[in-house]
Amino acid sequence: MDATPASGIDRRSFLGFVVAGTTLVAAADLLGSPAGAAPGVPQPAELYDLNDFLTEAATPTANLITVTVHDDGTASFELPRMEVGQGITTSTAMLIAEELELPVEKVRVTLADARPELLFNQLTGGSNTTISTYTPIRVAAAVAKGALLEAAAIQLGDTVESLRARAGVIQAPDGRSLTYAELARAAASRTTRPVRVRLKDPAEFRVVGVGHGRIDARDAVTGRKRFATDLRVPGALPTMVCRAPTLNGTPRRLRNKRTILAMPGVRDVALVDTGVAVRAETFGQCIEAIRAMDVAWADGPVAGLSDADIVEELRAAELPLPALPDTPLAQTVEVDVLFYFRSNSAMDTNAAIADVRADRATVWAGLKSPITAQARIAEALGLDQDAVTVHVVQGGGSFGRRLFFDGALEAAKISQAMGKPVKLMWHRADDARVGRGHPMATSRVRAVHAGGQVLAFQQSHTSVETDFRHGLGEIITARSADLPTGLGNLGFAETVFELTQEVPYDFGAITQTLTETDDRFNTGSMRNIYSPDVRTAGELAVDRLAEAMGQDPYEFRRAHLRNGRVRAVLDAVAEAGRWGRPMPTGTAQGIAIHKEYKGCSACLVEIDCRPEQTGRDIRDGVGGPRVTKAVFAVDVGLVLNPRGLEAQMQGGINDGIALALTSSMHLRDGHFLEASWDNYFYTRQWNTPPEVEVIVMPSDSGQPGGAGEAGVAATFAAVACAYARATGEVPAYFPVNHRDPLAFRVKPFVPPVPQSPTNGRKLAW
Amino acid sequence: MPRQTFVLNGRSVTVDVHDDVRVLWVLRDLLGVTGPKYGCGINVCKACTSHLNGRAFNPCSVRVGDLRPHDRVTTIEGLADTGEAAGADLHPMQQAWLDRDVAQCGYCQPGQIMAAVALVRKVRREGRSVTDADLDAIRNICRCGTYTRIREAIAQGERRM
Ligand code: FES
Ligand code: FES
Repeated sequence: MDATPASGIDRRSFLGFVVAGTTLVAAADLLGSPAGAAPGVPQPAELYDLNDFLTEAATPTANLITVTVHDDGTASFELPRMEVGQGITTSTAMLIAEELELPVEKVRVTLADARPELLFNQLTGGSNTTISTYTPIRVAAAVAKGALLEAAAIQLGDTVESLRARAGVIQAPDGRSLTYAELARAAASRTTRPVRVRLKDPAEFRVVGVGHGRIDARDAVTGRKRFATDLRVPGALPTMVCRAPTLNGTPRRLRNKRTILAMPGVRDVALVDTGVAVRAETFGQCIEAIRAMDVAWADGPVAGLSDADIVEELRAAELPLPALPDTPLAQTVEVDVLFYFRSNSAMDTNAAIADVRADRATVWAGLKSPITAQARIAEALGLDQDAVTVHVVQGGGSFGRRLFFDGALEAAKISQAMGKPVKLMWHRADDARVGRGHPMATSRVRAVHAGGQVLAFQQSHTSVETDFRHGLGEIITARSADLPTGLGNLGFAETVFELTQEVPYDFGAITQTLTETDDRFNTGSMRNIYSPDVRTAGELAVDRLAEAMGQDPYEFRRAHLRNGRVRAVLDAVAEAGRWGRPMPTGTAQGIAIHKEYKGCSACLVEIDCRPEQTGRDIRDGVGGPRVTKAVFAVDVGLVLNPRGLEAQMQGGINDGIALALTSSMHLRDGHFLEASWDNYFYTRQWNTPPEVEVIVMPSDSGQPGGAGEAGVAATFAAVACAYARATGEVPAYFPVNHRDPLAFRVKPFVPPVPQSPTNGRKLAW
Repeated sequence: MPRQTFVLNGRSVTVDVHDDVRVLWVLRDLLGVTGPKYGCGINVCKACTSHLNGRAFNPCSVRVGDLRPHDRVTTIEGLADTGEAAGADLHPMQQAWLDRDVAQCGYCQPGQIMAAVALVRKVRREGRSVTDADLDAIRNICRCGTYTRIREAIAQGERRM
């Protein structure tokens, strides 16, 4: 978003509040609407994208963001967002440190409980956190600094203008000084009053833009970092669920309840809509109980169906591509790619603690949409929304999954059914098979060229429905009237598609459309929504166009890119990755770009598809082609924390490689086969490129862009292009190993969770 | 109920629990030692990696009844006290993880660090140093994809161990 100055003249002047309190509390108040550019030519996402939309939706309540300065000289801030590893607590602490003139180490950032009054401003998604909170957080911190300076001026008998704040100390010209600790109470206000502040000129930034380690790194490496299942809530004993042998099947009856209740450690069992829950002294005893359960099940909605049935359904749902321009001598290039189901299971499985009483409930969970979760949980329990307290806990990864609250809702229902507090943890087998994933999709591209010119580029994406019922849907419903170009008439999915997808090339008449079908699967976004698949099909088509027109893939892209920033990242990877260097047969380079989130990226990879690599024998894993090198350039606009940004891109590279080469879900006979990490082949050390270089582009932009998801699309596309060049064949489906013979023995569906081995002593190394 | 005794992070502990409960649950659910993480329960993700008598092991796959009173179990919480830290607050491998800013969500990292330390000890026993092939063979999964920095951190940790 564009910063919205209160004065209309000075772009760095804003209104804020000193809020009544016993210590200094400062709040940001951003009135007026941000500048949403007028929509127009040729594609909506280019001018007004999903992030403008999310930012605009967040603006009316952004004023409730507060920074508190304590009498020990530290500052604290409750971030109304969810940290799942993407580094937003660190970048937020850096922003506050910058404006408040306090060392980063003295800024504590915690996650806010669900705050329904924030309306749309508590959704962590679309890599939008930094974009939408960048200005409000700085304003609040600047208000705090201003109040400290005023208090110091009174105590030191000097004027604010002559004082200097630095590193938590305010200094007068004569050398006298006061610390923030000494001033925190004096700067407090008995009433809430508005103040005008002027933000720092970005040219003077000392903290922002300089690489900083994560503020929770020490906790992470010492084992002190707490995730939902690490919390201790009195009485909340380990709880797990026995699930149906078909996807989303439901329990009818537990036939051996007495036997189960008599098992060692078992305390309670209860039937809920998703399965049979058991509460025991340890999770190990829950697993034993689940394995012993004799349950009558009702089949789920996809019982009997397999991959091929869903592919057929997608093909039937595909709409014809638009008519081609009627040009003599025009030639057509076509790409048609199928993307299989993929899992967004994080290392930290769906988990939540719930303590439901007759008249109130408390829930602890990693949640990216806590307000929607709170509303739905209240509804399910028959309580008022304000009788449900939702504490947001850091999550061990999300990749889209924690936009939903499947674990929290289930834990609440179980706690209500048992009448006891529960600590629910999904078994990995459930998290992998029943947890959400990225829907199966096809993407068809047709491009037309004649006389050395591309005349048309058409892309039609057809997908199993992506579930947006986690709050983003509500935002779109509530704000659809405000959308440009009549987008408001489209469904959620089409709106999101229109707001995120863009072909940044000069390719004549460009169209991109989305068709969705089938809502029976557990889906959601997965480190980006449509972009990785859409971009991969698109970039494969770009390579084919270049080939058909006798041009080099890099030069061809360069010549047709409409945008200078995209051209710059493309040039950066081509140079650093030595594009075009001779490569042995069976190996190749691939290059691709992506543009989204007010930013752009490019990736160059080298892949080795020779038998030495593909024939590697790896126990409980797959080798396959090896990406031996990845060079990635990213321009997100203003960079808050280059170290964190580099980390996010490194992670995204591994996601892109997995999507292209190894990771997918096989639907067979009504359920997914993959039940753990020895079945679902996310990138491992033996797949990761030994050589990785991330280039963070310098930017003169005053506005930051999103980063959490930005690494995936260009990498997926570059690996796909490299694979096609190395093998001489454009893959018809991804990941490329999906139709190979299964590289694992399928774990049973009854019982639904595997037994833990007992031979670990022998395997110690 | 049987009484189970073993040495946990330098101290002898005794717990009343059935023999066949896996050590991971004894640590996490009964003793409140939550550094070792659950990621699969079947010895494939390696998130629970800890040390048994100084070697890497996966407590999700060992019955508590198979531990003997003198067996030394070390979790990430006890790593800095193993002597290799030479009096510092952190083990050199933990310090390397901080210096490289490896962790993203952090969930897999206690297991990664414990595996890295065991790897360096193993190659030292074999009289050699860590190779690319050793790094490729590390089985600990990181769904955030921090592999590049893990490799860099192990190189630093090995030098300082
Ligand atoms: S939980 Fe022990 S290896 Fe996965
Ligand atoms: S840091 Fe998140 S799983 Fe490894």
